[in-house]
Amino acid sequence: MKSLLIQGGRVIDPASKFDGAADVLIRDGKVEKVGPGLKAEGVPVFDAKGAIVAPGFIDMHVHLREPGIEHAETIETGSKAAAAGGFTTICCMPNTLPVNDSAMVTSYIMQRAREVAPVNVFPIGAITKGSKGEELAAIGSMHEAGIVAISDDGRPVMNARVMRRAMELARTLNIPVIDHCEDLNLSAGGDMHEGAESVRLGLRGIPSASEDVMVARDLLLAELTGASYHVAHLSTKRSAAMVAFAKSRGIKVTSEVTPHHFAITDHELCTYDSNYKMKPPLRRQEDVDAVIEGLKDGTIDAIATDHAPHPGDEKMQEFERCPFGITGLETAIGLTLSELVHAGHITVSRMVELFTTGPADVLRMNRGRLLPGAPGDVTIFDLTTEWTFDVSHSLSKSRNSPFSGRKFRGGPVATVVAGAVVWKRE
Amino acid sequence: MPSQPSSSPRPAGLLDLESLSRKEIETILERACYFQPPPNETYRRFETLRGKTIVNLFYEASTRTRVSFEIAARRLGAETISIAAQGSSVSKGESLVDTLNTLVAMRPSAVVMRHAASGAPHFLARHLRIPIVNAGDGTHEHPTQGLLDALTILDRRKSLENLRVAIIGDIAHSRVARSDIHLLSKFGAEIVLCGPPSLAPLELASLAPGVRIAYDMKEAIRDVDVIMMLRVQLERQHEAPMAAGEYFRFFGLQLEHLALAKPEAIVMHPGPINRGRELSSDVADSQKSAILNQVENGVAVRMAVLERIFA
Repeated sequence: MKSLLIQGGRVIDPASKFDGAADVLIRDGKVEKVGPGLKAEGVPVFDAKGAIVAPGFIDMHVHLREPGIEHAETIETGSKAAAAGGFTTICCMPNTLPVNDSAMVTSYIMQRAREVAPVNVFPIGAITKGSKGEELAAIGSMHEAGIVAISDDGRPVMNARVMRRAMELARTLNIPVIDHCEDLNLSAGGDMHEGAESVRLGLRGIPSASEDVMVARDLLLAELTGASYHVAHLSTKRSAAMVAFAKSRGIKVTSEVTPHHFAITDHELCTYDSNYKMKPPLRRQEDVDAVIEGLKDGTIDAIATDHAPHPGDEKMQEFERCPFGITGLETAIGLTLSELVHAGHITVSRMVELFTTGPADVLRMNRGRLLPGAPGDVTIFDLTTEWTFDVSHSLSKSRNSPFSGRKFRGGPVATVVAGAVVWKRE
Repeated sequence: MPSQPSSSPRPAGLLDLESLSRKEIETILERACYFQPPPNETYRRFETLRGKTIVNLFYEASTRTRVSFEIAARRLGAETISIAAQGSSVSKGESLVDTLNTLVAMRPSAVVMRHAASGAPHFLARHLRIPIVNAGDGTHEHPTQGLLDALTILDRRKSLENLRVAIIGDIAHSRVARSDIHLLSKFGAEIVLCGPPSLAPLELASLAPGVRIAYDMKEAIRDVDVIMMLRVQLERQHEAPMAAGEYFRFFGLQLEHLALAKPEAIVMHPGPINRGRELSSDVADSQKSAILNQVENGVAVRMAVLERIFA
């Protein structure tokens, strides 16, 4: 257990509503004190002058591909990319081979993470066996083994009755149900958002309604069951409006948005570059505007990357044959700063919330705050350094990012997990 | 691995008509007129492209388009190699990147490509530093067909200015329709698209200025100069647009429709025709039909396009 004194930064801790010059002392892996002019004999010092010192950032939606798809990513490479992106905690989705639908797979992931991951890794278990949407997975045993939520991410639970049962069970275990909202009948065969752009490019469309009808169904089931329901990668104007309405009615719903869904639109597809292909698809400007509004007004609780690595040869095909998904861990802070903070939509403090208390509260984690006794996880970032993302230097095993070559202002400076500096900008 | 995209300017191939200006289109059409042989004569020979090797890469069967590209290249003095790369649908994915690697090694002067996937020539163009000519990509564009349709109209009209055009049938899946729409719109055409709703989605109206959608044949055809019928592409339709047997009844072109159009109106079709599905036999064979002229004009237009990419 490491100790560290982080000096001279601007500390932003949304949980205690603190924003000001202060030092952070971590002793034996836990936060000991936050305050001005701290001193600690024999404790290494990190100079954070000019930077922002925040509770460790949490990415609640990551695909680590291990076990089974290690040519795309491993727990080691994915978690190193997370550290380089400023994340101290990540949650990995269950669509591995085999699917994380049993305590055995959950335990394997947690064991591997303890051995090789520089950041905290929490698995999310499958809702149904094999994520096939038919029969409930071993949710109780996975919960005992350490999952923090359930989801069949990558696929929806099409059968409403199965979803109802999963929600009932999740409520008794006090974990959220995360749904990838996509009506497979409406989206079948689609490669991008359905609209003027898809018609122009001659690519098959995925209508917004394929997301919206599932969000609507799930909200009704959440009301019926009293479960905590979380909308993964929310991308449409109407879904945002429905979540806002459900929140106002007291339904226990939360939601996340990915950086690419607030940063770019379906217009990017005009080059047929498969690095712009993901689910849900990039939407229209009015959807982007709506999710940014949701990030401002609290409809959206968290920013999550949906980091989805795919090896180069899978993305080197005809557009319609390429798999869905892009990497995102190393560009999340840069995109949030440029598109939301520098653009004047949200404050830095709100940004920190969206990466800390936001996801921590969804997942009922004692993280994301710099209170004495809390885990000594800290994300240090700045608002001014100009840098360019070069995907060929990514720590992820895959290269499928549309943001290579993009210039950013401000980004991660250092990542501290339990008092240890696990990544530091060169 | 294929070469990484570089930042040097992309060689001028022809990927689509959407990005061409009206002026560029006029230049190509003027040149195509020049290449059109007088009646009963064959195409003249030129030496313009001597020493060039053009690879015709056809992932989809298309005798007419492939042969007319071959003739066009040879009439200009180029050598041609035709590759029919029709694998099984499962092996298609590998073969595109494999072909790319083979092409890098072969060093052709240009590639003419037909592919079932929208954007496939754009993929090649990103990785190859030579001109790529799109000979039809999926449901996106078929630029040389759009140009030869324009040339066919010019054979019977003084200009492309301000035409009224009806395009009827499976527009959603038609690369020909997209190229025709982009081209004609640049000349101020008023374009009515007509088909069953799943094949003529409302978003198509935003494709170019002057486009609107109609769901009634009679309304679409009234007072038009040109009727463009499209082939019903059963292979691309994943579900029936309407009950079996209703298609021809509501969207098939029949002789009595022609009376609604302008008296000198012409009927076009990119072929191959499904008689009795898109149009009745008597329409296909009528005086108004320009379908055979369309086929004839293929070579002249493709000569103009090939000459241009090396200009």
